[in-house]
Amino acid sequence: MISSTFDIELPLLLEALYRKYHYDFRGYALASLKRRLTQAMDNFGCSTLSQLQDRVLHEPSLFPVLLEFLTVQVSEMFRDPAYFRALRDKVVPLLRTYPSLKVWVAGCSAGEEVYSLAILLQEEGLLERSIIYATDINASALERAQAGIYDAARIGGFTENHRKSGARTSLSDYYTAAYGKAVFDKALKTNIVFADHSLSTDSAFSEVQLVSCRNVLIYFDRQLQDRVLGLFRESLCRKGFLGLGAKESLRFSVHSYAFSDFVPEDRIFRKEAA
Amino acid sequence: MSTLLSLTQGVDAVVLGASAGGVEVLSALFPKLPRECSLSFMVVMHMPRERPSLLPEVFATRCGLPVREAEDKERVQPGTVYLAAPDYHLLIDQGPSLALSSDAPVHFSRPSIDVLFESAADVYRERLMGIILTGANRDGASGLAAVGRAGGRTVVQEPGSAAAPFLPEAALQEGPVDAVLSLAELQELFSYMGPVMLRRPLE
Repeated sequence: MISSTFDIELPLLLEALYRKYHYDFRGYALASLKRRLTQAMDNFGCSTLSQLQDRVLHEPSLFPVLLEFLTVQVSEMFRDPAYFRALRDKVVPLLRTYPSLKVWVAGCSAGEEVYSLAILLQEEGLLERSIIYATDINASALERAQAGIYDAARIGGFTENHRKSGARTSLSDYYTAAYGKAVFDKALKTNIVFADHSLSTDSAFSEVQLVSCRNVLIYFDRQLQDRVLGLFRESLCRKGFLGLGAKESLRFSVHSYAFSDFVPEDRIFRKEAA
Repeated sequence: MSTLLSLTQGVDAVVLGASAGGVEVLSALFPKLPRECSLSFMVVMHMPRERPSLLPEVFATRCGLPVREAEDKERVQPGTVYLAAPDYHLLIDQGPSLALSSDAPVHFSRPSIDVLFESAADVYRERLMGIILTGANRDGASGLAAVGRAGGRTVVQEPGSAAAPFLPEAALQEGPVDAVLSLAELQELFSYMGPVMLRRPLE
């Protein structure tokens, strides 16, 4: 149960994290943030947020652990196969017309979606001339993404999703299984750039033809959502594509007029205005 | 005044949780709501992961109120039934507004009843009613206790009348609740959920 004192402590903690570690959670949606902080308090044995604030300010080694609680997403490869199928059938034919391709996976967490896109582009013969930027604010999540190693127990679900996405190859072509782990092929990584980037505080860094940012915006308040959609708008080339999560939309955004529906049922949008 | 009527006094929102057998129970309850009902309803029902969910269409035909799948950041409207989307947690945020999350499943469930109930208790406090219906998993039991701790009303379907008694029993083991109701009593309770003014206690 969250007391009203918790509501006083929460903005203080977020301000402290921003000033001390330059990580900005002040624009995160409160309900999920509270839930994650409650779990972090349990983990650290703190009975109040003030205690947690005290510890994380004075023991910097705790911050990366707290960051895991605040940022880590649970994803899977080819999550929502229909999204990947729509990319394959409807977006890829247009991406083919570009001599070189840049794709930005924003908030890539442990990399499941990055490898999904790399495999899809490989199957469509586009990976060789593509660069995939995979960004996240959590350095240890980026390390996991870069390693490309997942529990073998998850591979069954990944394989099923991949198949439903209209796969042209077998997922097993891309990993080696050993000791309960599946290690994804290094060759996929040749064209992936993993980078630390904050959607809250950093700017756009490259012009891209496709941004895929799924189940990240739901964690942000409307103001931060607008900032982030502004970054995507700035990064996308004219007629570039934006893919969001199954339950995310541009409906409430100040940037909605800059995009048109492309495959609305799978939340794929296209940049129109400059 | 009937005890069931007094349970509804001062309540602005109702959260409902069910798993196995839930469609049948909700189908028996929603038609009992008065047409002028001004409460907001948020429902988590454990369903096999599928997309799109047909539940909004299923209930819309049986309910006088608008029935919608919950959308992220949507402001909660009175007299509306919101169903959690498959494969996302549904939370209540300040506003009150709806919020979705893709966090890990809780008790193997996403959406999770606990996640909805705990976040709703935090926002609505004593103006919330939590109702636990039939279910085969313990997700929801600790959420209902959170509703009670925040001063809200707690209602459990009488386990003997539930298709799957496990969840109602788990909820009762968590601590005392305001009412344990048979299906017929739940239907009566729903029939009292009229306009707010009729449910305000007399000064």
